[in-house]
This record gives sequence, structure tokens and C-alpha cells, in this order.
Amino acid sequence: MKTEDVIKYLQGYDGRQIKIMEVCGTHTASIFKSGIRSLISPKIKLISGPGCPVCVTPTAFIDKVIDYAKKPGHKVYTFGDMMKVPGTNGSLSDMKGEGINVEMMYSPFDVIEKAAADPDTTFVIAAVGFETTAPVYALAMKQATARGVRNIRFVTALKTVIPALTWICDNQDDIDGFICPGHVSTIIGSHAYEELAEKYGKPFVVAGFEPEHILAVIYDIVRQVERGDGDVRNLYKNAVRDEGNKKALEVLEKYFEPGAATWRGLGEIPDSGLYLKPEYAEYDGGSRGLDADMELPEACSCASVIVGKINPNECPMFGKGCTPLHPYGPCMVSAEGACGIWYRSI
Amino acid sequence: MEKIVMAHGSGGKTGAELMEKIFGKHFKNDVLDKMEDAAVLEINGRIAFSTDSFVVTPVEFKGGDIGKLCICGTVNDLLMMGAVPKYITCGFILEEGLDIEVLDRLVESMAATAKKAGVKIVAGDTKVVEGNGGLYINTSGIGIIPEGRDVSAANMKPGDSIIVSGTLGDHHACILSARMGIENGIRSDCGVLADIPNGLFEAGINVKTMRDVTRGGLGTILNEIAEKSECAIELSETAIPVNDEVRGFCDILGLDPLYMGNEGKMIVVVPGEDEEKALEIIKNTEAGKEACVIGHVTSGKGVVMITRLGGKRVVDVLYGEGLPRIC
Repeated sequence: MKTEDVIKYLQGYDGRQIKIMEVCGTHTASIFKSGIRSLISPKIKLISGPGCPVCVTPTAFIDKVIDYAKKPGHKVYTFGDMMKVPGTNGSLSDMKGEGINVEMMYSPFDVIEKAAADPDTTFVIAAVGFETTAPVYALAMKQATARGVRNIRFVTALKTVIPALTWICDNQDDIDGFICPGHVSTIIGSHAYEELAEKYGKPFVVAGFEPEHILAVIYDIVRQVERGDGDVRNLYKNAVRDEGNKKALEVLEKYFEPGAATWRGLGEIPDSGLYLKPEYAEYDGGSRGLDADMELPEACSCASVIVGKINPNECPMFGKGCTPLHPYGPCMVSAEGACGIWYRSI
Repeated sequence: MEKIVMAHGSGGKTGAELMEKIFGKHFKNDVLDKMEDAAVLEINGRIAFSTDSFVVTPVEFKGGDIGKLCICGTVNDLLMMGAVPKYITCGFILEEGLDIEVLDRLVESMAATAKKAGVKIVAGDTKVVEGNGGLYINTSGIGIIPEGRDVSAANMKPGDSIIVSGTLGDHHACILSARMGIENGIRSDCGVLADIPNGLFEAGINVKTMRDVTRGGLGTILNEIAEKSECAIELSETAIPVNDEVRGFCDILGLDPLYMGNEGKMIVVVPGEDEEKALEIIKNTEAGKEACVIGHVTSGKGVVMITRLGGKRVVDVLYGEGLPRIC
């Protein structure tokens, strides 16, 4: 089907209100960049899910990492987006101004090189991400152990998508279908959504990131809802295999095991985190139990935004007390958080 | 290789040697050669006056270096006001350990760029601080605004056309690639833009607004000028030029060329009826070969882009720093 025909159909849709959640922040960004919302019927509501690992990282994690960066003989490395996430007493970026030892990294393998060259310093990697990024840390572990580099510590806030989707389905039953994250699905495979689709009777459709791909997936979900279907479909076949990336899953499983994790704004979700297995405990910088979350102002509605109960601009703090330069809630923090994207785009 | 030491900033003999061997060798002109405490200049009429500091690392990159950049940056700012750049001053802050050979190359590059831009370097200063062999340069510049020119961000009216002189994001992508150790063919666009305003003014085009598209990128700059002129801007996504390799680089890192810095690109706003003529003149210059009309001024507020699929996207200013994403 041609994109213009898809647009025509979605523009003219006049059935019951349909709510579709895009789980991944990159999809949210692409939807805004391409103006998809302005191309489809107002009866199809797109809501932004918890799809940014940075946004859902609790305060206790940031505080832990900042503590390391203050300690003599320690250097902390993290990806750029983490720098801006507020901890109890400011973000890494704020604290860097006060002289703490934190640097942006482009790859954890660079940090292992640095650690090998400087054995007297402890190198702490603040590891945040979903299944897409987690295998990279597993491979970094593999390299560190193989080379005997022991002055590396991982503080992890790695999260998995299926437990979070289960939580959303259990707590928010008016979502009609899910646009499944493309990058995460390359690792976990489209079969990973089968159990959810069966249990909740809703469509789960894997999408690529070009606007044409996203439109095709919205069309597929709308048609499924109209027919009363709830199937898993993979419309990103050139990147996502049904069974996922077995090698990546294997290396993940070798080094990490699931455990309870706290999602900022949502609370604790069982088995939704990944932690280093007990046999690699010496590399773990204390990742478990980092549950405490900053008390957000009462008006902050991130929990409702993340599960799609309200749009970001319906939060009383949106654009007033809470902006990308001074974020309170997790969704405003990252360029890929729902509020951050909405703020820049409406 | 000889290195910069604290004594080079002392004002004594070592400092004098540096002056003679590096700065004196490359920067020669009637004003500077007098070696007085200040340059004495004869200027008549309205002047444009601007200053900028340059701290880029690495100091040498594909397509340029900090020496070329520090002249282009200030000269381009003067040009954007319709001025003819005349005089430049430069302040160097050198870190201990800087290779003198590198400094020599950078100063030579400054001199060559200044010559090309038709400006004289008339005053300067050097300080040495502790550090790791880096350097920072501040330049200030003066240009004369010829009678009858009125270029300002507040001049735009609905119906005007917006032309960009070439592809977006090249400098930013080049520097990021170098810092991240990524091998690619992306080159900085660092360069002097003089030919574009010169050509337009010579042809009698009514140039309303000009801006060089530096930090903050096109998105931020268009918002600024829309606000100053109390107008809206409508862009066409398919018209915005981005080099394929830069686009690929941005896709991988989650960056948007609309918010990336350039050092040799500008936008020009002209009345709708001058659009075709202005575009032809710009395309005939070296710096403007890939120029295109990217949108129009409309009534209202803000910047909107009509996307490839016909949807509407609001283009806001850049918030904070454009950091690479993690997933």
C-alpha cells in the first residue's frame, strides 16, 4: 500500500476513538519531526510511553554515581544524556561545574582502555539503557574479564521492556495497541511480544523509524482494532528477526540476571531490571536497591504521562515550572522523553 | 619540537622572540609594524564592531583550523550587518606545552585567511597559562557600513524569501567526528562568506536580513529573527540541503542538522520578487554553490516546517547542548 493511501485512510478514519502508545522515545521524536499527528484523524490518539531509559532512572542512581565521582581515585564515565538528569543535589552536569570527576563516554570500550592504562584509578561506568544498549555493557564485561582489567565498576540502571509493557497493560487498560520499539526489538525479537498480545488481546506491531514505517504501523494497528484482532506483527523485517539477536541475548544472559527495578514516576516493577550476576559481583559498583526517588512536586504528572493517561501539555507544570533547561520530572529530562519532545515541538 | 613555556608570556626576551619568529613573521602591515601601544585607525561613517572567542578542539580539523576559524567567525559577523570588514585584533591565550610548530601553522593560517578576507590584523596580545598545550584565541573586528545599507534581524515582512547558502551541519559533524575518533569524509565548511553579500549589494538586491548559521543552528537562528521581526517562518523540509554523509552521521547519533553549527553558511532574507535573482547571484559564488530557497516569511509567530509527508512540525530553538543520545 502506498504511503499516500495510508495517509488518506488514517485522515478519514471516523470510527471509535483509538489510543495507540508508541513505546520508544525515538518513535515519539520521529512522529513529531515528520508531523504525523497533523496527518491523521483526531480520533486516532498517539500517546508516548516510557521509552527513554534516561528518563526512568531514579534519583538514587544519580546520587550513587555522583558519590563515586567525588571520591578520590575514582573517575565516572557516562553517556551524554545522563549528565542532565537531576539527582537530589543537582545533576552530574551541575556537579561537574563544582569539580567532580565525571566525563562523557562514547563507548565503554574506551573506558576499559583507559582503565588498563591507569590501574591505580577506579573507573566507574554509569550504565543506563534498555535491551538495545545492555549487550554493549555485557561485551564490555567480557573484555574486562578477559583482559584482567579489574579496576572497572559498573553501576547499572539497565531496564527491560516486556515487564514494563505488562505493567502498563495491567494498570492502563484503555490503550488499544502498541507501536513496539524498533531498536529493542532487534535484540529481543518480535516473538517476545506474543505472550502480551495473547494475554491482553491487543495488537503489538514492531516499527522502523522512518515516518512511512510508523504510518504503516499505525494503519496496521487501526485495521486490527477495527477487525477486533490482537496480533503481533513485525513490520521492520529488514532489521528485526522474529527470534531476535541470539548472540546478543546469549552474552546478556552470561553476565546479567533480571531483578526488580524502580522506574522513575512508575515505581518498582518486578524483573524489569538487569544486574550483574553474583559471580561478577566484584565489578558491580552497588547497582541493586537504588530505589529512592526524589520527591517530585505534587503537581508533577510524569506517572500519568508515562502510561499515557494524559498528554504532556496537560500537566500543570508543563512549560511553567518544568522546562528542558530546568526539568523536574523524568519525562522532561532527556531530548527523547515525552515532555521534552512535546515542549520542543508544540 | 619546541614547546611554549611560561617565559613566552613574560614580556621579556623569550616573549619577544616569539613575537618576532611567529607573529611578526606572519602578521605584517603598516599599522601593526609601528608596534605602538594601540593601533591608530582612520575611519569615517557607521561602523560594525564584533568580538568572538574560539576554543575549538581539535585545533586542526578537516577543512580548517582554529586560526582560519577565528578570522572567518569575526569577519562573517561583520559581513552579516552589511559591513565591509577592515580591521581585526587578536588575543591569544596559550597553554604551556603547546608545540611552537603548531602555533606557527595556526598563525600562518590566520594571516592567509585575513589576507583573503581583505582585513588587516592591527593589534594583538599573548598570554601563557598553565595547562596541557591548548590554545584559545579571541578576535575583535571593525567593518565600515556603506551608505544606504540597512541589514537587521528586525526587517523581515510576510512574503519575503529565505535563502540558505549551502548544506547544514558540516562543521559540527566534522568536529564531533574528530573528537569521537570516527573516520569519515566530512569536512568543516569554515570559510569567509564575503562574496555572497558583496554580490548581492553590487546587484542592488534589497538585502533585508543576513545571519551566519553558527551555534544553535538554523532552527535557533530562524526563531530569533522571526521574533525580532514579529513574523512567522514556514520552511519546506525537502528544500533544506544536508550532505548525505552528514545526514547519515546525524541519524546514527540522534542529532538534527537543523540544530548543528556551521562556520561558513548563512541565510539571506530578500523580498519575494528578488528571490530568483538573489539565488542566482549566491549560487555563482564559491561559498554559495549549493544555495537554495528554504522557505518564506508569513504573518504570525514562530517557525513551522512542512515535512516530506506534508505534515506540520514546529521548529523550536535548541535547548541546552545537542548531546549524542544513548539509545
